[in-house]
Amino acid sequence: MHRLNSPRTGGLMALVAVIAVLPLFFPNNFYFDVAILAGFNAIVCIGLNLLIGYAGQISLGHAGFLGLGAYSSAVLTTHLGWPPFLAMAVGAVATGLLAFLVARPILKLKGHYLAMATLGLGIIISIVMNQEEELTGGPDGMTVPPLTAFGYEIYGEQIWYWVVGVLLVFCVWLALNIIESPVGRSLKAVHGSEVAAEVSGVDTGHYKALVFVISAVFASLAGSLGAHYTGFVTPADVGFFKSIELVTMVVLGGMASTYGAVIGAAILTVLPQLLTQFEEYEHMIFGLILMLVMIFMPKGLVPSLIGKILNRPAAQQEDAAS
Amino acid sequence: MLAEFLQFLFSGVTVGAAYALVALGFSIIYNASYVINFAQGEFVMLGGMATVALISAGLPMPIAVFLAVMITVGIGLLLEKLTIEPARDSSVVTMIIITIGASIFLRGLAQVVLDKEFHALPPFTGDEPIIILGASLLPQSIWVLVGMVVLVTIMVFFFGHTKLGKAMLASAHNPLAAQLVGINTKQILMLSFGLSAMLGAMGGVLIAPISATYYEVGIMLGLKGFCASILGGLGNFSGAILGGLIVGIAEAMGAGYISSEYKDAIAFVIILLVLFFMPSGLLGRPGTDRV
Repeated sequence: MHRLNSPRTGGLMALVAVIAVLPLFFPNNFYFDVAILAGFNAIVCIGLNLLIGYAGQISLGHAGFLGLGAYSSAVLTTHLGWPPFLAMAVGAVATGLLAFLVARPILKLKGHYLAMATLGLGIIISIVMNQEEELTGGPDGMTVPPLTAFGYEIYGEQIWYWVVGVLLVFCVWLALNIIESPVGRSLKAVHGSEVAAEVSGVDTGHYKALVFVISAVFASLAGSLGAHYTGFVTPADVGFFKSIELVTMVVLGGMASTYGAVIGAAILTVLPQLLTQFEEYEHMIFGLILMLVMIFMPKGLVPSLIGKILNRPAAQQEDAAS
Repeated sequence: MLAEFLQFLFSGVTVGAAYALVALGFSIIYNASYVINFAQGEFVMLGGMATVALISAGLPMPIAVFLAVMITVGIGLLLEKLTIEPARDSSVVTMIIITIGASIFLRGLAQVVLDKEFHALPPFTGDEPIIILGASLLPQSIWVLVGMVVLVTIMVFFFGHTKLGKAMLASAHNPLAAQLVGINTKQILMLSFGLSAMLGAMGGVLIAPISATYYEVGIMLGLKGFCASILGGLGNFSGAILGGLIVGIAEAMGAGYISSEYKDAIAFVIILLVLFFMPSGLLGRPGTDRV
């Protein structure tokens, strides 16, 4: 057990402290709401970061998995009257199964071909959700009943905040341990060079499929919980742009950094809220920020900033990017 | 039966020609830089939208079209100079996000400078359909097809018979070697964006009379054009055209015979199946890894 506890306990403590202290600065429930959404995004990004940051594989379709989770919860609870946690579990298993089935043929692809295949998968899923109106309510979306367990109902921003906070800490802990395990080292080997990894006896296909499934299940669970929290889900919430948003969160925060994924998710959840005041210029500014950050900090915020602090204490240049 | 089939074929080939132009744009940029430009669909949108705006500003159509294409080319060149060039040597994911950032920016720009309405250009030469074996063919469809053939012919001539075109091909094959024989690869890179922007904008103008244009029209067009270029094999010019036509025809047939609701999914189902069984696309050469 001590081996599981040891890696980067400091970082986890810091995360717990931030989550615990943050509500003191929240003047109203709107802030809780944004923080909760950031938490859900962070959970998806932690899983996605294992795939993108560690295994070096792109996915432009992860919102599809998020959507499968969200819609499993919505459809099974609404139409069949299943208890939420059962629906959530079935959704996660189904999503994992789908990811498992497509993982081998899809992850054989590389670079832009892999991007295309995952993008296609995500878009097909969102089109199905748009078209199966009898089940999903079509483009207008559908309502999702609140999360209940053993007769208790989880509702209200303040309660959800702590639920998501605990879950986030657990996911970070899990991810850190996966990274420090033989699985994590195999993934890094795959990232470094697939051929070299194979030559040293790593079953690259197996590990790529494994991390793909893990990241899909993370997304599915976050999707289910998110649907119960907001009480509503539409295909647009889980479409192509959500996939792009998720990848951007991972890359913006810093690939191969679990905390980077959390920070990226937080920033990109808060940023659009801040930009709404620019009204019609919102999208232009958002696009501009994406481009600037990626041009000046191609490795993402956390690794770039750490590099700056370590190597150039008197950081004089490139202030424009921050 | 035949009439119905022909009808689907006509509409498929028309849309397919537009996809082909987008796919060609993807391939030209990919060859020059190994970048997938996710803002390719926005070039199509800008071509159509700018033409609409210039016509409503009182310019005659040919001048409006010319100016719209030039504006789009200018934006393409700026895009390369300001975002792609400073980020050279970044990873695939980083470049994808930069070009997606650019596409979001351009959509936002169109929304602010132009508007959020749907527009249709008037057809170039009337809208009296021509009846062929019971199927009707819009004159604009002929314009689209002829336009594509002319543009492709110009491209074939450009790449096969001009020094600049050959220089572009050379730097696609081996940038370092191209540089060593005196080719300015930086300029080539800019040129590839200009060229892609031109193809995209022209495609946008050609199809605007058939399918309305609005600020988000480039999203699906871009994604399906990407499908088409991957289908034919990334960077392969004839593959891009073939891919575009296949996607267009399959979509029209699928919408007609199978399900019109799932029309938009057809391109992606095809691409997934093709990638499962032919990972380098139809005409692409199987890639080899250097270790």
